[in-house]
Amino acid sequence: MKEKSLFEIIDIESLPLGNALMKLRPCSGKMPDMEPGQFVNILVPDTPGAFLRRPISICNVCDGLLWLFIKAAGTGTRHLCSMKAGEKLDIVLPLGNGFTMPESKDARILLIGGGVGIAPLLYFGIRLREQGYNPRFLLGGATADSLQLLDEFKKAGEVYITTDDGSCGVRGTVLAHDIIRSQTDRFYCCGPTPMMKGVAALAREMNVDCEVSLENRMACGLGACLCCVEDTIEGHRCVCSWGPVFNTKELKWHES
Amino acid sequence: MNLKVKIAPGLELRNPVITASGTFGYGPEYADFVDLSRLGGIIVKGTTLEPRQGNPYPRIAETPSGMLNAVGLQNPGVDAFVNMTYRIIRDIDTAVIVNISGSSPEDYAEVSRRLSGLDRIAAIEVNISCPNVKSGGMAFGTSTDGAAMVTKAVRENYDGPVIVKLSPNVTDIVSIAKAAEDAGADALSLTNTFLGMAVDVERMKPLLSTVTGGLSGPCIRPIAVRMVWQVAKAVQVPVIGLGGIMNGRDALEFIMAGATAIQVGTANFIDPAVSVRIVDEIREFCDRHGVADLSEIRGII
Ligand SMILES: Cc1cc2nc3c(=O)[nH]c(=O)nc-3n(C[C@H](O)[C@H](O)[C@H](O)COP(=O)(O)OP(=O)(O)OC[C@H]3O[C@@H](n4cnc5c(N)ncnc54)[C@H](O)[C@@H]3O)c2cc1C
Ligand SMILES: Cc1cc2nc3c(=O)[nH]c(=O)nc-3n(C[C@H](O)[C@H](O)[C@H](O)COP(=O)(O)O)c2cc1C
Ligand code: FES
Repeated sequence: MKEKSLFEIIDIESLPLGNALMKLRPCSGKMPDMEPGQFVNILVPDTPGAFLRRPISICNVCDGLLWLFIKAAGTGTRHLCSMKAGEKLDIVLPLGNGFTMPESKDARILLIGGGVGIAPLLYFGIRLREQGYNPRFLLGGATADSLQLLDEFKKAGEVYITTDDGSCGVRGTVLAHDIIRSQTDRFYCCGPTPMMKGVAALAREMNVDCEVSLENRMACGLGACLCCVEDTIEGHRCVCSWGPVFNTKELKWHES
Repeated sequence: MNLKVKIAPGLELRNPVITASGTFGYGPEYADFVDLSRLGGIIVKGTTLEPRQGNPYPRIAETPSGMLNAVGLQNPGVDAFVNMTYRIIRDIDTAVIVNISGSSPEDYAEVSRRLSGLDRIAAIEVNISCPNVKSGGMAFGTSTDGAAMVTKAVRENYDGPVIVKLSPNVTDIVSIAKAAEDAGADALSLTNTFLGMAVDVERMKPLLSTVTGGLSGPCIRPIAVRMVWQVAKAVQVPVIGLGGIMNGRDALEFIMAGATAIQVGTANFIDPAVSVRIVDEIREFCDRHGVADLSEIRGII
């Protein structure tokens, strides 16, 4: 069941590159059930330039707190990143579908993230670990600075790293790391679109199942306005309600 | 206090608050947030004769106090509506109104005919802001002849109430309103979105795939209120006002300008429960001002 609820910021940590990790508690005291891959839709307070809600992935749910990992990308997210503990946010949640759990506990799975796209992979990785799976993470960034929440990821599984400038891990994009060509049953990927398209193309070539989480622009977040569609083999589908997670087999990326 | 309003013979709403087409899905999308039976009505997504995929992405751009959309009437077509969607929504306890669109008067006529047998559909709302394929793509709603032609096509093929939804992209909305009234409209709703455009300056590209799109939200409200005021003074049939209504105060602005009922569109995206809150806020206003029936303040300006 979806709800619109007030959350209080309990902690907000500023990270390099204008990012922030926000931890929130539901004012009602009751945290809704949420699946990894789902997202929330936030009303940005006191910011005339941010009229519509802003969709943000669920980064983790832990000790009664909802974690959001936010990149200051524009007017709305900049305001969110500058907020203080004690302030409150009006949030609609949980929205969208989640990642599909692998069929077998022995499945070799690789969670591939770039930029703020790592956010939903943390919650998913932790859930996988709790349920006895063995997730591995491949995280890419421009520089060492841009690799964040690494300690949290390491608690959930092995972490492999690439940076564009080689300041940490393998130099290049995630596609440059050998681990991506190792025996794998499924990729789960979230990051900038060019990165997801690159991973999807490789998955196709290697015949590996691949799920990606899309970030199309949204208005309602509820499947009502049809603003956020992605072109799929079944026609236009709303990213907010059919997605944000799609199997790349459903998408038409390889056609363009 | 009486919040009931009469829109047409056989169409009385329990209150004046209706959700606008294209912003509320078919209703169930909002059922977690809104007790749908507390609404005056729900107007479902624009329905056409054939299924439509709509325009390519990106279809949305945020603008100051509003948004542009270029969804382009994506819908599964009237037969899918009749055979599938209708079964799901027929038991919603409010007035369910179907918004229809087409590329020719024949399209509108045929869609109306196929909706005729549905006993739980309270009315048709005719979107006349669509391009007329035969007259070079000019929207029906931008000429008196076009508006009259489409209204007649629906009137002759549908026995229930017919609401004609006017386009604001015209120089003289009153003449179009009168043309629709003369052609048999039971009520008029206004306004639809305003044609607009926005550019991504850094990328030097339009923000919408279609370059131009429909502007909605509070930025259009003063123009919509003015149009409702002009039209309500000029026609005999009830007028339903919409455009940027965010709360009860905004709704009352339209009612005082002459609207019998109002619709809530873009505001549903900001607060999914806003529609019922508007009902409460109108009631609270009436309490505070000793208004026993909305007719006491309707068109008071
Ligand atoms: C399902 C989903 C999950 C997301 N998860 C996260 C997350 O966990 N952390 C995070 O930091 N960001 C996330 N985003 C992206 C985030 O929603 C946008 O960065 C934000 O809406 C931008 O708002 P703004 O006011 O700061 O920027 P604006 O001033 O509106 O625009 C700044 C830039 O952001 C881009 N942008 C604007 N809206 C969106 C949007 N809806 N989606 C993608 N790009 C957009 C614009 O093209 C522009 O380049 C997610 C988006 C979606 C759809
Ligand atoms: C995403 C979106 C889709 C819409 N789809 C339709 C439609 O299918 N048919 C229609 O007549 N109007 C459609 N409209 C117009 C609205 O019903 C309404 O007339 C307009 O948005 C102005 O009201 P508002 O400012 O309260 O949103 C749509 C508007 C939006 C924002
Ligand atoms: S954002 Fe409205 S349908 Fe997806």
